[in-house]
Amino acid sequence: MAVGKVTFTKTEREKLAQLLWLLNWISVLTGTLLFGLGLFLLMEIQKWQEVMSGRGVLYVPHMLIATGMAACCINFLGAQICLDCADTNRFLRWKLVVMPYVAVTLFFTACVLVGALTCYSVRGQLDEALLVGLRNAMTYYKDTDTPGRCDLKRTMDLLQIQFQCCGNTDYRDWFQVQWISSRYLDMSSSAVLDRLRSNVERKYLMDGVPFSCCSTLSSPPCIQTRLASAHLNQNHQSLWRTGCRQVLLDHYTGLMRSIGLIVILIWMFELLVLTGVRYLQTAMENVLRLGDPDSESDGWILENSLAETAWSNFNIIKNLGKCYQVDDDPNINIQTTTGQEVPLQHVQVSGSR
Amino acid sequence: MVLLKMKFTQQRRVRLAQGLWLMSWFAVMCGAFVFCLGIYLKTELLRRDEVMENTEIHVVPNILMMVGLASIGTNWVATRVCQDSLDASRFPRWKVLLMAWFAAAVLLCCLLLAVVVLSYALQGRLEESLKVGLRNGIRFYKDTDVPGRCFQKETIDHLQMEFRCCGNNNFKDWFEVQWVSNRYLDFTSKDVKDRIRSNVDGRYLLDGVPFSCCNPASPRPCLQYHLTDNSAHYNYDYQSEELNLYNRGCRQALTDYYMDLMNSTGPGVLSVILIQMSVLFSLRYLQTAVEGAMALENPEGESEGYLLEKGVKETFKDVKAKVLDVLKFAQVDPAAAEPSPGNEEKTADTTTEKAATPTPAS
Repeated sequence: MAVGKVTFTKTEREKLAQLLWLLNWISVLTGTLLFGLGLFLLMEIQKWQEVMSGRGVLYVPHMLIATGMAACCINFLGAQICLDCADTNRFLRWKLVVMPYVAVTLFFTACVLVGALTCYSVRGQLDEALLVGLRNAMTYYKDTDTPGRCDLKRTMDLLQIQFQCCGNTDYRDWFQVQWISSRYLDMSSSAVLDRLRSNVERKYLMDGVPFSCCSTLSSPPCIQTRLASAHLNQNHQSLWRTGCRQVLLDHYTGLMRSIGLIVILIWMFELLVLTGVRYLQTAMENVLRLGDPDSESDGWILENSLAETAWSNFNIIKNLGKCYQVDDDPNINIQTTTGQEVPLQHVQVSGSR
Repeated sequence: MVLLKMKFTQQRRVRLAQGLWLMSWFAVMCGAFVFCLGIYLKTELLRRDEVMENTEIHVVPNILMMVGLASIGTNWVATRVCQDSLDASRFPRWKVLLMAWFAAAVLLCCLLLAVVVLSYALQGRLEESLKVGLRNGIRFYKDTDVPGRCFQKETIDHLQMEFRCCGNNNFKDWFEVQWVSNRYLDFTSKDVKDRIRSNVDGRYLLDGVPFSCCNPASPRPCLQYHLTDNSAHYNYDYQSEELNLYNRGCRQALTDYYMDLMNSTGPGVLSVILIQMSVLFSLRYLQTAVEGAMALENPEGESEGYLLEKGVKETFKDVKAKVLDVLKFAQVDPAAAEPSPGNEEKTADTTTEKAATPTPAS
């Protein structure tokens, strides 16, 4: 009992082949779109790579890029196959390749789905990466003379200006790091020495924030220093209120959600094309079996029902493992009943002439 | 003495018509491109409208938009003419229109050339406009509670951060205005009172700049206040400190930006002029060749195409004479008023007819 059996006449088969040829070419275009989306996401993440710790988040754009390239190649091959499928003679060329092709495409379509799902599931990892990354960036903000970290100040300032945010969760995060380098501190001043002495780790902490936290939307001129003292409400107004982690998280999740949606649409389209190719393959094989190229033939998704196909595949896999065990050979390990040997008699052959 | 005569066989005429049809459609697209260019330039100028005092520079994108639209129309007409040119029954209706078309095409090319010249010539006016606009912006920076000026602070802050500039000519412009509003000054503080008293107009001036002047690329956290006082900051020298704030003035930054924009559109506009001129010349050749062919006994034979029937000087004299005739008849009207108005109208009509009909194929 075949799954999804449909009967095709000769003209229907030809039309299906032409339609699939067109759809495969459209799939090549969607594959390029997928590749482009992966590239775009990669560039967006690399823009602010310095405030993300670890490169784990990069597997999402890499996966999209690889899937996009694979989509282009597979669908290009599919277009060639479908072009030849309309004619039984030319189909013979591809006979051996089509079944593996369908299997590979099925696997690849699953990969596209996995790619789409990762776009939605990466939020937790991104949050972790941003938390640690921003904390490090703020700690090394002052190290503009250390090679490898000299650009962090600029990156952090530009980030806070562009995304209109301040600190990790809040502007108060800046109170816990020393963001003014010792190079610019007057060590002979008593005020500076007092502050250093009052801190356990000898860090110069202050209740002030860098200039990039200043909000352009506030009316009063920006108040960056002595924020912990009185007039707390007023001070809130002149700085950006959200933390950079939340803003960046929202930015990237929004981006990945839209990309994920597009990838799911592409996945559904690929599935449709795959179903069409499977029908065409089975129809052409049945035509060859019947022998008459002009006759009607059946196409299906699975020859037997799902349960039977699964069981037969399972049996094949089971028997693969048994090929070196010969338990059911009837001639083995049978004891000979007589222990005597039959003497060899010289039999005279009466040769007749 | 005909100008630039060329012989055209039937096949060459057909080829010319086809090629010109394609080129005219290409010229239509170029016209659309010029229009879009005008719109882009206009939006860029409008975005910074608040720091410009006058809108004289807007004449450049306005002309570009007009010329773009007119060019789409004229070149579309050229495609219609090409389509009809090989059909002897439909071509004569374009006769009158073609003279006007040539005049319009020449006018468009002149306008485009004028745009290129203007974009260089108006640089001075743009700078003046920016100078006054920025000066006002800096003066009204603190007036966030005055309706009509409440957005100046945000505008100037965004401008300074986006274009990486500070002040009008440089950051010292901020030392001359009070940019901290009285609402946020603590009048009980001795420092504030001293400063206000030391100023003739009672303004609170300080040697400090707003935060938007800060340069993120500086290795040192931004120093905004007491900029001229070396002792106020550790290891600080006012004269040699270069990275702390943005060095250039916003007027220079904006002028450079707009000049770069207009210069980069220069080559595009010049190539559109070239394309329009080639459409013009090709259409003239097509017109004269087809008219010549129609006047022959065998319409499929060879005919001549030329740019001008007589030489440049003679054609110019002819045109001048015709125009003067028209003017003379118009002037004679009041003097010889009543007697023969019908007569004069008739003669005026015939001269305008002669001027309107293209130089006949003969």
